[in-house]
Amino acid sequence: MDLFNLTAHELTAKIKNKEVTSKEVTENVFKRIEAVEPKVKAYVTLLKDKALAQAAEVDAKIAAGKEAGLLAGIPIAIKDNMNIKGTKCTCSSKILNNFISPYNATIIDLLSAEGAVFTGKTNMDEFAMGSSTETSFFGKTFNPWNLQAIPGGSSGGSAATMAADEAIMALGSDTGGSIRQPASCCGIVGLKPTYGRVSRFGLVAFASSLDQIGPLTKDVTDAALLMNVIAKYDPKDSTSANILAPDYLKSLQNNVKGMKIGIPKEYFVEGMDKEVEKSVREAIKLLEKLGAQIIEISLPNTEYCLAVYYILAPSEASANLARYDGVKYGYRTPDANDLLEQYEKTRGEGFGPEVKRRIMLGTYALSSGYYDAYYLKAQKVRTMIKNDFEEAFKKVDVIITPTAPSAAFKIGEKMDDPMQMYLSDIFTISVNLAGIPAMSLPCGFTSQKMPIGLQVMAKHFNEEAIFRAAYTYEQNTNWHKEKPRL
Amino acid sequence: MKFEAVIGLEVHAQLKTKSKIFCGCSTQFGAEPNTQICPVCTGMPGVLPVLNKVAIEYIIKTSLALDCKVNPLSRFARKQYFYPDLPKNYQISQYDQPVSEHGYLDVQVDGKTKRLGITRIHLEEDAGKLLHEVGSRQIDGSYVDLNRTGVPLMEIVSEPDMRTPQEAHAYLIALKSILEYLDVSDCNMEEGSLRCDANVSIRPVGQKEFGTKAEVKNMNSFKGVQKALEYEIARQIKVTEEGERIVQETRLWDADKEMTFSMRSKEEAHDYRYFPEPDLVPVVVDEKWLAAIKATLPELSSQKKERFVKEYSLPEYDAGVLTADKNLSEYFEATIKGYANPKAASNWIMTELLAQLNAANKTIKESLITPKHMREMLELIDKGTISGKIAKTVFEEMFASGKMPDVVVKEKGLVQISDEGAIAKIIEEVLAANAKSVEEYKAGKTAALNFLLGQVMKKTQGKANPGVVNKILKDKLS
Ligand SMILES: [Zn+2]
Repeated sequence: MDLFNLTAHELTAKIKNKEVTSKEVTENVFKRIEAVEPKVKAYVTLLKDKALAQAAEVDAKIAAGKEAGLLAGIPIAIKDNMNIKGTKCTCSSKILNNFISPYNATIIDLLSAEGAVFTGKTNMDEFAMGSSTETSFFGKTFNPWNLQAIPGGSSGGSAATMAADEAIMALGSDTGGSIRQPASCCGIVGLKPTYGRVSRFGLVAFASSLDQIGPLTKDVTDAALLMNVIAKYDPKDSTSANILAPDYLKSLQNNVKGMKIGIPKEYFVEGMDKEVEKSVREAIKLLEKLGAQIIEISLPNTEYCLAVYYILAPSEASANLARYDGVKYGYRTPDANDLLEQYEKTRGEGFGPEVKRRIMLGTYALSSGYYDAYYLKAQKVRTMIKNDFEEAFKKVDVIITPTAPSAAFKIGEKMDDPMQMYLSDIFTISVNLAGIPAMSLPCGFTSQKMPIGLQVMAKHFNEEAIFRAAYTYEQNTNWHKEKPRL
Repeated sequence: MKFEAVIGLEVHAQLKTKSKIFCGCSTQFGAEPNTQICPVCTGMPGVLPVLNKVAIEYIIKTSLALDCKVNPLSRFARKQYFYPDLPKNYQISQYDQPVSEHGYLDVQVDGKTKRLGITRIHLEEDAGKLLHEVGSRQIDGSYVDLNRTGVPLMEIVSEPDMRTPQEAHAYLIALKSILEYLDVSDCNMEEGSLRCDANVSIRPVGQKEFGTKAEVKNMNSFKGVQKALEYEIARQIKVTEEGERIVQETRLWDADKEMTFSMRSKEEAHDYRYFPEPDLVPVVVDEKWLAAIKATLPELSSQKKERFVKEYSLPEYDAGVLTADKNLSEYFEATIKGYANPKAASNWIMTELLAQLNAANKTIKESLITPKHMREMLELIDKGTISGKIAKTVFEEMFASGKMPDVVVKEKGLVQISDEGAIAKIIEEVLAANAKSVEEYKAGKTAALNFLLGQVMKKTQGKANPGVVNKILKDKLS
């Protein structure tokens, strides 16, 4: 019997009831990895030995009748920008190619405490900068639905493991759409929690005020289950919110009666992909039929989101990535004659072109004489964008939009045109700027059988509303049950 | 043309918190390189800072002592530059929203009080240290020791209110005293827990506008600061008088050559690209917290000085000397505990003890003469066991060996002779042996009395009680 294609909520029951062991699940998942990984290339590091040891520990606990945790024996794939002690953490960059983490990210400790098993580290755009997982130093990841297409990014590896059943659950990080856009491309569920909901300690920073870790899963229930484990206040992260998280499984009600759903007109514009628009409109219609009230709303500052993001995120990144200098760890150029040359060559050779582009952008925006015109102004507009959402959420419980302007595009299609690539995140970026939570879940396919994603947003710390709307939609559709043929 | 100098000082003081500013590592000085480090202070990928609240409390204490206005909300910022002693290649510091602003410090120069403004006080993390050699042994490259990385550093920026190197020196002495009284910093310039940079310019007397300033760095003692300023002011006057322009630059003080040298301009062409630190939330100081910290403020030197004058009837001058150094003031108060003559104690401490310590290059904490030694010695004088003159001998022995005064007196046989019979006997011998001087005295030459007195003291090796000798001698001669 195959186990790799099941969900965590199905498997935890089976493991606890001793129908299957964690070892069997883990071995089965690795069998699947060995079969499809040559085509998909979702991982940069596999942790098979460690995973089997973790699985054996869980099995021993269960055999002894001990409490084994909420995710006992569940194989989880971790994006390669989260630290697992004693394991490579490369961010898919040459500059961290040889870096072994000396510590655990908080989410790794939380997952371990609940009995999770780590399958490996997944591929990503270098330092999470990209929307296609094409900027990885270790090569591309391929979309399981169409191996000629990108899996989305930057959490493309994690999303691909879900579509290809190369793990039971996965974690990604989202700075401008890096969980939701690949979830949309791969036809799975991806949630970016409220900023501060999940600890960032141990997540390699891209843009500190925007980064957030979140689940990529095969269905909405698993996302809630994973959130129950990772949504915890962390004193090691000063921006972590000291607010007790609810039991998200309780918000999985198949009922949207009386729920107010906002449809922002700025997200449905002339020239958008017809198939995407059709699927999203149909999803909205279905929710209306199920009892939700559909309200047209406006988020007037939407048009500035992309510009604001591409000033603020690179600004923070330019400082966050300054530490990669070859002095303490990571790649160091083999031939430098003095300190300056060591810096220049190490960074020149260690970073890829997209990372360099963003470091340059950020350095420029923060330079004296430009700071007020770029960084400061962008911060002011960011506040206006936040206010737009605050106003909107006075009227509605959730906001629904497409996750991405199109389905997954062909590999190489946008690599030479950064502006086109940046536009892939046009619908997801506002959520990070506002700090609110949002989920992407499958809502259909294109005529080419490529998945389409529906984005559901809610106000700060109201993931419960997202779960309710998303779960209702999922329970009344079958998109999430479809699997690619590999 | 007459010139005056305009001086402002930037003082960096390491705060003596137990742990670092953003992680739990120890701040202890002098450990083996890279033994007090963790992923956070070495800038590993993915780590986050968590603010040490004690550091904020220390800086608020300092702010209150310097009458600064504590901002209800302050913010950290990233100051960016590449250097191997800075693991993140940015320093978490403060920029436009420091902890406090607009204070002052009153200093005494030439008997006059001058009020010097404090612009701001902010908190930041210290950097590590580069090692190019170990001891006398050259090593095969440059190494970095990150033990110091992340030690909390308080920067106190003064207004450009100082006009002479003496004022700058007085400012540093007064500031150090306050930090020591507050017990927030070790203030050890040699160990680097206190550092000072100076901004100096000159202008013709009477001119309002400031001249072009130079920043002088690398001074490692208060005297060094004064000397560097003296040199730099003279240099700027000379340059100006020779018709050349002063350039805005950073200059390094060379303590051996006693000169300042220009740093290469390339190294100072910094654009630090400050922006708010997104990994930390703003520091919010509400009235309640401020009041709680205020309540823990110790008595400061100025308050203590007033109290010494009132409580111990000391002259202003004595009180000033004794309270300038917190340890000295504590030494004094320990000495006079249960002792009725504070002025006598003050005299001995201010003259003998400070002079000896100074000559031996020791601090009051290192003195072998403890307050107990001092008090017991004073009591021996008061009881007449030893004379003030003998006490000096006792003092020197105590200073050298740390022996208690009664032990010294016994070992050296220094007990004062006050027995009238014994003294009378010696006097009779002296009078008999110096008939000529007795004649002269009786003939009206009063100076002869001093000679005879000296003879008595000589015979007793200085141990005779001078009062008793004087009295009996006069009796016998009349
Ligand atoms: Zn540390």
